[in-house]
Amino acid sequence: MATDFSYPDAAAKAAQVPKEFEPEKMSLSMGPSHPSTHGVLRIQFELDGEMVTKADPVIGYLHRGDEKIAENMTYNQFVPYTDRLDYIAPLANNMAYAIAVERLAKLEVPPRCQAIRVITAEMARVSSHLMGLGAYGIDVGAWSVFMYCFEEREKLYRLFEELTGARFTTSYSRIGGLQRDVPEGWVRKVDAFCDQFLPILDEILGLLTRNKIFIDRTVGVGVISRADAIAYGLTGPNLRGSGVGTDLRKDRPYSGYEQYEFDVPVGATGDCYDRYLCRGEEMKQSIRILKQAIAKFPGGDWYAKDARKIFAPPKDKILTSMEELINNFMIVTEGPQMPAGEVYFEAENPKGVLGFYIVSKGGGVPWRMKIRSPSFCNLSILPKLCVGHLVSDVVSILGSLDFVMGECDR
Amino acid sequence: MTIDVEITTAVSQQFPSATPRASLDCPAFNVPAAEALAVLQHLRDAQGYDFLMDLTAIDWSAEKSPRFTVVWHLYSSTKHTYVRLAADCASDSEPVMPSATGLWAGADWHERETYDMLGIKFTGHPDLRRILMWDAYPYFPLRKDFPLAGLPTELSDPDITEETKTGVIAAPMAGGPFVATPGEPMSDAEPRAKDEAWNERNEKPN
Amino acid sequence: MGTANPEITYNSKIEGDIVVTRVDAAINWVRNNSMWPMPMGLACCAIELMASAASRFDIARFGAEVMRFSPRQADCMIVAGTVTYKMAPVVRRIYDQMATPKWVIAMGACASSGGMYRSYATLQGVDRIVPVDVYISGCPPRPEALLDALVKLQEKVKGERSSSKLLSA
Repeated sequence: MATDFSYPDAAAKAAQVPKEFEPEKMSLSMGPSHPSTHGVLRIQFELDGEMVTKADPVIGYLHRGDEKIAENMTYNQFVPYTDRLDYIAPLANNMAYAIAVERLAKLEVPPRCQAIRVITAEMARVSSHLMGLGAYGIDVGAWSVFMYCFEEREKLYRLFEELTGARFTTSYSRIGGLQRDVPEGWVRKVDAFCDQFLPILDEILGLLTRNKIFIDRTVGVGVISRADAIAYGLTGPNLRGSGVGTDLRKDRPYSGYEQYEFDVPVGATGDCYDRYLCRGEEMKQSIRILKQAIAKFPGGDWYAKDARKIFAPPKDKILTSMEELINNFMIVTEGPQMPAGEVYFEAENPKGVLGFYIVSKGGGVPWRMKIRSPSFCNLSILPKLCVGHLVSDVVSILGSLDFVMGECDR
Repeated sequence: MTIDVEITTAVSQQFPSATPRASLDCPAFNVPAAEALAVLQHLRDAQGYDFLMDLTAIDWSAEKSPRFTVVWHLYSSTKHTYVRLAADCASDSEPVMPSATGLWAGADWHERETYDMLGIKFTGHPDLRRILMWDAYPYFPLRKDFPLAGLPTELSDPDITEETKTGVIAAPMAGGPFVATPGEPMSDAEPRAKDEAWNERNEKPN
Repeated sequence: MGTANPEITYNSKIEGDIVVTRVDAAINWVRNNSMWPMPMGLACCAIELMASAASRFDIARFGAEVMRFSPRQADCMIVAGTVTYKMAPVVRRIYDQMATPKWVIAMGACASSGGMYRSYATLQGVDRIVPVDVYISGCPPRPEALLDALVKLQEKVKGERSSSKLLSA
């Protein structure tokens, strides 16, 4: 049964359709409760069929008032709140905050403390990228990747628990030092973890890197140009995927990063696949840093001994000696005494650059604390990036940006 | 820790109204609000500060004048240094500042957040609305005269308000947060609640 | 399901193929062992929720691995994380969209009472907006604590008078 229908005809006829018969755009709200939005993000779409014509992210569903809380807490009391910023790599946030406040007092911590901070931060980086990878896998349909990644994260959780007492949300760093020294044998266990992790990482990456379905979903999707990445303030693997090789651990080393040799992976095209490859390679470089840090692990003090008004003295001295008792009382009730001034410190966290801008008028409580969150800036490119993609590509883009709403909304 | 030492002289020569600002780490300048964009553009184009890392504001409390200061942090990916720029808002009751969205697209969300939290309007911003709180929220939370516990208001959704009969309440602080006030004699230095204006026993003062 | 006392074990050759029990017991048994959660994963507790669904803690042994984000297909809403005032109407709306029977587990300190966020933006406990059946303390609670709460919910459901509710509604 022949019908006179052919595609060229249909296209020509479609072009002649009068304006009032053109399909309307649909308004769709994705989130805030959605499996692929990585937390409570809501995106208000305007869709033409499946194609996105406008995307307006609505954030703030996890805004808990951290900056206002910081104005009412002492510096040490605020450490648990920093855990819950990027709650996938809490040890990295703890370290960034502690170093920012120590810059206020121009306090240098001893090399052992710096080495422990580097080790915990790099373990947090591995943990965060594993989570990003697992969540990305599950968004594009790969369940096994999620399971493998989470098993490796459980091993990391066990190490964190032995060190700090909590699986995550560790609250490990204090101003001027740490909560406690590493337990005996812990460093050897981290070493053992690194040794067994690299083959498993290759296995996990092997599930996705040459996977045709994954490549179809990520190559050429969500391309961020170099100029855009810089203009929108993108940082971390999102920036490096677009070809800008900025890594604060190399450019402005802090906490002893200058002693370790590592490479910084930089992408070529800036699409989702490049960002995925950057994260995979960053995990390998983190293991490289960990091995070096463990090999060079110094002895000595794990807190700044001479910072009497900032770091509480050891408990046996507090209970027996008058001056230490007074210092401990002041530090606990009024907070570590910081000089007046302003300081801005940024650290290279797994998600990007986490910055703390602290304005102090002296005393133990800051006047203003601004938290420059990487996920906030990474998400700001979304209105520009989603336009012209299909809705399922948006899921792929969100997974590749690897943001976390606790940090974005604070 | 590298510091860009020539930037101070370079900026002061180009913009005589930019005065140095006390800072514990990077070079910092105070500029008048009208010149802020010009200095930012000069720093970006001529001095290589290509990243706008942070844009925020400080409220010095209702008794001080000028009350609000907007602060920009710029980073140079070539020189690996930071610079801080600060500008006071002219008016204390209706603070405004020119918007940097023309120079950096990323300033968009930062300015929306500063407006949301502190009430500073940015002229020239394409779409200045609240970003972290819902659109109808009536207060600016980070201002110093706003309590940590918050003030009662309505939820954003009238259907849910009608169904559940709940609203936004002032959080029960129970005497917290527990921080001692400096300068007290030691015998008095028990941690006193900093924000005890609203709790279960005291009514909200007017 | 073997026990030490062989007289309690069911043996179809002796007792036949028909089991006589109360309607309540049968309904509650079915509901208990397939309690599909609606994960309202808002903040850090969501990560522990995911960890309890992953291979080490395996919530699937309790029949609850089907984490459907569609409220129509879920039995139990696990509020994991801080509920802010901006998010509270959304949580309530999704709770309303769930079909009865439905239960709510408030996971973590923030969902139970606002946690350490006593501020202008945080709902001081999700029980101000939805009725809660089980509260879990912890910040975040370990996956074992979540599984314990699931078992407690199962104990609670075991004692419900489901048939009279069904017949009266």
